[in-house]
Amino acid sequence: MSPRLVRSEDDATGRRPDTPLEIRVDGDAMAGVQGQTIAGVLLAGGLQAWREGPSGAPRGVFCGIGVCFDCLVTVNGERDVRACRRRAHDGDVVTTQSRAQEAR
Amino acid sequence: MLSVTRVLVCGAGIIGAACARELALAGFAVTVLDRGGPAAATTSHGEGNVLVSDKGPGPELELAKLSRRLWPEILDGLPNAGTVEWDAKGGIVVATTAAGAETLTAFAESQREAGVAAEPMDATELAAAEPNVTKDFAAAVHYPEDAQVQPAGAATTLLAGALRAGATLRTGCEVLAAVTEGGRITGVRTSAGTFHADVVINAAGPWSGDLASRLGAPVDVRPRRGEVLVTTPMPPTVFHKVYDADYVGAVGSGAEDLQASAVVESTRAGTILLGSSRRRVGFDDRIRPEVLSVIAGKALKLFPMLAGVPVMRAYGGFRPYVPDHLPVIGPDPRLPGLWHASGHEGAGIGLSAGTAAILRDLLLDKPPEIDAGPFRVDRPAVLGEAS
Amino acid sequence: MSRHVVVIGAGPAGLGAAAAALRAGARVTLVDSAEQPGGQYHRMLPGAYDAAHPGRLHHGWDEFDRTRRHVLAHRRCDWWPESAVWALDRLDDRPPRVHVVRGPADGAGRERHVLDPDALILAPGAHDRVLPFPGWDLPGVFTAGAAQALAKGERLVIGDRVVIAGSGPFLLPVAASLLEAGSAVLEVLEANTAATVARGWGSRPWQLASQSGKAAELAEYTALLARHRVPYRTGRTVIEARGDGRAEEVVTARLRADWSVVPGTERTVAVDAVCVSHGFTPQLELPVAAGCAIDGFVRVNDDQLTTAPGVYAAGEITGIAGAPAARTEGLLAGWLAAGGEPGAPEIRRLRRRRDQGRAFAARLASAHPIGDGWTSWLSPGTTICRCEETSYGALCAAAGSGRSVRLETRAGLGPCQARICGPTVAELLARRGIQTTPHNRPIAQPLRLGELAYPTRKESAR
Repeated sequence: MSPRLVRSEDDATGRRPDTPLEIRVDGDAMAGVQGQTIAGVLLAGGLQAWREGPSGAPRGVFCGIGVCFDCLVTVNGERDVRACRRRAHDGDVVTTQSRAQEAR
Repeated sequence: MLSVTRVLVCGAGIIGAACARELALAGFAVTVLDRGGPAAATTSHGEGNVLVSDKGPGPELELAKLSRRLWPEILDGLPNAGTVEWDAKGGIVVATTAAGAETLTAFAESQREAGVAAEPMDATELAAAEPNVTKDFAAAVHYPEDAQVQPAGAATTLLAGALRAGATLRTGCEVLAAVTEGGRITGVRTSAGTFHADVVINAAGPWSGDLASRLGAPVDVRPRRGEVLVTTPMPPTVFHKVYDADYVGAVGSGAEDLQASAVVESTRAGTILLGSSRRRVGFDDRIRPEVLSVIAGKALKLFPMLAGVPVMRAYGGFRPYVPDHLPVIGPDPRLPGLWHASGHEGAGIGLSAGTAAILRDLLLDKPPEIDAGPFRVDRPAVLGEAS
Repeated sequence: MSRHVVVIGAGPAGLGAAAAALRAGARVTLVDSAEQPGGQYHRMLPGAYDAAHPGRLHHGWDEFDRTRRHVLAHRRCDWWPESAVWALDRLDDRPPRVHVVRGPADGAGRERHVLDPDALILAPGAHDRVLPFPGWDLPGVFTAGAAQALAKGERLVIGDRVVIAGSGPFLLPVAASLLEAGSAVLEVLEANTAATVARGWGSRPWQLASQSGKAAELAEYTALLARHRVPYRTGRTVIEARGDGRAEEVVTARLRADWSVVPGTERTVAVDAVCVSHGFTPQLELPVAAGCAIDGFVRVNDDQLTTAPGVYAAGEITGIAGAPAARTEGLLAGWLAAGGEPGAPEIRRLRRRRDQGRAFAARLASAHPIGDGWTSWLSPGTTICRCEETSYGALCAAAGSGRSVRLETRAGLGPCQARICGPTVAELLARRGIQTTPHNRPIAQPLRLGELAYPTRKESAR
């Protein structure tokens, strides 16, 4: 039901078998594949939303190309990283952000 | 005579708005003119300072104290004051060098003698007040009376108050020349026709010099460029207006090249505003990345923990600047009927309240609450160097 | 001493510009924020995927791949990937100084660089224009561009029961990508009526001759949809997305020619993802920062030169016309910016193809206009500014108050700096008699204070 990664064996582009990677998202391990963006790992990992707007509204990927700034996450301590533009690396520590919780 | 005095206020920025409100409430028939929209220029490009902390003893400090007292009273009487975002957050001035500390300490002492609350802070107090500020400081002074507003919100709210008291507003209306009769100004010719009045007030901010020339009574008000950086929305990080002790020096300097000094504060929206820069580049509004870089560097000296915070926006504006660093408030000696309210050089938002009160009193022929003499139009810096 | 041409954007236009500038003898710095050239249209798979047949997902792959390899390997070309242009410093009588931070996207501690080109070519492209509708801000509602970027860029499929809606030919390649990946596309909805579309494309078809590649591409998609039995419906769109924290169903409805809803035609469709695109918005912050005259798009002369000295523009920022037209503009701009002979016969051919591309852009715009009636889809609670969650009701209230709409509602003041909501807010305010100034973004891409504060690394000599 959620977004999914095309399996390498079904992939018409003939991509090589996936090299797995693992990131942590708010402390929990999440599996991904070398080459994915952080957004790709999150989406394929079952999260369609990982950020909250000022009223708590859920946000995930919207534009996918780095112009909407919906998909922001904190990566290895750096806040406001566009997940759709940042390549995931094994061991990345990702924490989610919430405008609602951050407000006074 | 029982006729109502007609007043034209040229400029719908913070000064024009404040004056329009006071004069409308005092029974004048007020029309506000602006070639753009309300609060469109300098007013919406500043940080919204309402400070006493950055002024040493003298007439500007008196004007600042008067204004600071009047602001909350004015807001009390205004509906929809929410958009003003009045925040009596207080200011903290930090010196990072021994020399700066010495100057700051002496300065604060002189300000206390002039009636300003200026409380030295030790390391514990500073860290409690501003957990993210640098630990590497030489002196810090807390000014509980400093406040901040959303400047465009403040101006439009004052303007709404003026309109409610009977004033009218004409936007898209550029003043071209004076209409005179028998040596008095009796109106202005504009791009939208001629307006007649008994009193014309020049509240055109950095364009006051140009406007005054068009009216035949030049004044030496010039633009001084400033830029502001805006960060992405953050959790509460900065709790007061925090600035570097060398800010005061930067204001008082006439240097042509870049004068930059760190000013850091949060907004209600969670963004952090970072200033400040001063350049005399005429009306060149090109934003210079290297100026932004200097602002960032100075801000990080005060708040090293902000190094990872993204900057998402930058904007700039022009402060109206008089060579002797005092505003010009009062009647023009050369052209009866013409008045000026301008030259507030980065302090216009705060000083607008007192300026409007003084102007109102002078127009009503009442003694203003503070001595308005130092702001008179008839002084060398205002008239002497005018081209 | 050859001219130094800086090209910003390595999509079809920028890559073409770099190739042509190199051919004309210039030294080229090609700058892009991605790790690989290609822009959106030729978005490449990551190196880690080591794809044997990357071209399977693309049209015009061979030509792109050849150009890419040639340009990147060229001894007179500096390829700057993962490089974000964050400011253009306008100078008098010469192209602006280009300020760049280089490093992983939205990194920290990236180095600052500057470039001082003899000629600057702007080719930053466009992004989806999405009109708001109730529920468009639910997770699971993606732009068509997002679906394409994820599918082409990392083989991620946004859903398996997808409705694609909006306007324009771009809906079709998105459907094709999803179908290719095994997704079920339930329907593709073009908001304009068939009559509007036909009328817009229809007259003087010979003007489209040079775009015949595009026509073949479109025919391919149409056949693919037919093969998979995916309905393509005109005069219909998604007017609402609903669900518990994510899009679970959409409401579609028939539209009149002006995009107002025909009552009683609403249908509810269960989905797990929605793709929307109502056209494209050019990315204008760099041309605005450079001082170029803008009239919806960047104004260019016959040489692709803008009104800013030494600044050229190519591709979607001059008009939405697709990749082949973008490439043509890039080739022309690159050659001329590098000081290439303007009268050469191949340049005359390029100009003609460019003119046909412009004509194509005009047809595209008239075949797929945005009808005024879209505002009837909105309810007071509909989000207009996604970043700051400004609602339609709040926007209208502020517009009626005479106060600053932007400052009061914060619409457009969030992290995306009005890229998404800007055109919508401008349209809504214009209808209430309020003019908005086109959005000025002196900080074209965010950078961290620490990066901004550090001194620039001087451009390395070659």
